[in-house]
Amino acid sequence: MKELSNTACIVGVDESDEIGILPNKSQLALHLEAITNAVRDAGLKVKDVDGIFTAGQHSPSLLGEALGITPRYVDGTTVGGCSFIMMVGHAVAALHHRLCDVAVVSHGESGRSGVGVTRSRDTSLSGQFEIPYGFAGAPTYFGMITTRHMHEFGTTLEQWAQVAVSTRKWAALNPKARNREPITVADVLNSRPVCYPFNLLNICLVTDAGGAVVLTRADRAKDCAKKPVYVRGAGEATEHVMVTQMRDLTFSEATRLSGEKAFTMAGVDRKDFNHIMLYDAFTSGPPIMLESLGFAKRGEGVHLFEEGRSTPGGSLPINTNGGGLSYTHTGMYGIFPIIESTRQLRGECGTRQVPGCTLSLVNGMGGMLSAAGTLVLANQR
Amino acid sequence: MSPADLERPLPQPITPEAKPYWDGLREGKLMLPKCQDCDHCFFYPRILCPRCASRRIGWIQSSGRGRLFSFEISHQPLNKAFKVKPPYVLAMVELDEGPRLMSNLVGIAPDPKQIRCDMPVEVVYEKLNDEFTLPLFKPAGAAGGR
Repeated sequence: MKELSNTACIVGVDESDEIGILPNKSQLALHLEAITNAVRDAGLKVKDVDGIFTAGQHSPSLLGEALGITPRYVDGTTVGGCSFIMMVGHAVAALHHRLCDVAVVSHGESGRSGVGVTRSRDTSLSGQFEIPYGFAGAPTYFGMITTRHMHEFGTTLEQWAQVAVSTRKWAALNPKARNREPITVADVLNSRPVCYPFNLLNICLVTDAGGAVVLTRADRAKDCAKKPVYVRGAGEATEHVMVTQMRDLTFSEATRLSGEKAFTMAGVDRKDFNHIMLYDAFTSGPPIMLESLGFAKRGEGVHLFEEGRSTPGGSLPINTNGGGLSYTHTGMYGIFPIIESTRQLRGECGTRQVPGCTLSLVNGMGGMLSAAGTLVLANQR
Repeated sequence: MSPADLERPLPQPITPEAKPYWDGLREGKLMLPKCQDCDHCFFYPRILCPRCASRRIGWIQSSGRGRLFSFEISHQPLNKAFKVKPPYVLAMVELDEGPRLMSNLVGIAPDPKQIRCDMPVEVVYEKLNDEFTLPLFKPAGAAGGR
């Protein structure tokens, strides 16, 4: 993939018209709002789109039909919330080979209100080997990874809580974030117990929202409305679906591999980044991702969330939109960190703008660290 | 018993490759698939070995002993069909034969100060109906089931 570095750019990003709790908007409407908004952000028209990439319940062909276009390239990879991050890499390859000229990666999910949603999942394994014991919902799976991490490395509930505190500080600076009032470590520890080791404030929001990202080749990106953001590196991998099958319960091999591929393609090292976006479905996720990506030794990822590091004004800002914990989390969150990284690299973020943001990392998981996608994004070649 | 009377959702849909597992539990045996080529013992049941991709899969009876690899304590009901009163302990057990599986830890207070990762556990069988029995786990040497 090295020869594909910097060949394509993100030229448009946006959310749906509103994000939050939207009982009057269908999942399909959230997709279409996000796509039209992101295409407008790029200075393009919907008719220019000829590649559609989407994960979840709605197929790329449905989005093409609804938009009134005939895409000549589609991708429906659905491996969890990181699918959209992976699809940016897929789009780079498709654009390079001229399989399409304008690619849209789209997400729409009525995750809270369930409007226009058909629930149908493959349950044959979970139905036999997990559900009869009371497993239900992501906290009952991701907690296993978290408890074991505490056992092996001595990580504490206070340290996980600090991730929520840091992320909330960023949310306070984002007008679109759902929860913006400051919180303390004690607030997290005293919030309602849901499933040990998680209290309510360790767990992401559940919302309704859409988001979309528009890409085109670097030569064409110059003609778009805004400063292009270069896709310098992209990587992906999958490891497992059932948490019992994870080879090492406190280290994500898929995350490591996706990072190695993206860093090699980009020709960058970990110390080069000045902004990081990670998929924070739970407070324990980002520290374990940073350990798996090689930003911290095993067991030490939590230290990157201390005051003065990940926090506003800190040395390595993380999750500057307020994250899944405080900004929005529909269910498949992965499109939103891409949107935030793009805005930071463009310098559009107002009071939460990271000064001198030139190189941004996006990393996300699908399922329970089951799949992973990593992007290296830059505002110059 | 109709499903409505049961405390837990019945395992379903059963996959054909898992039938020996469910048949064994009905007789109070915890059966595990084992590769006949590379001797790898694994779980969940599938038609090939996840280590060497051999399709020659046999079955062994587990000792029913292992360690509590990780755990959670659920404080709220998350599934209408699961009627065990919270708090209850969700468990990931690593059997002495190697594989990990999900279950519940019973016979101990649902208290993170009392439960610790790597504590030895042993199987206890919970009959749901004439067709299905589940393997639950209790601290090794502890009396009884629940």
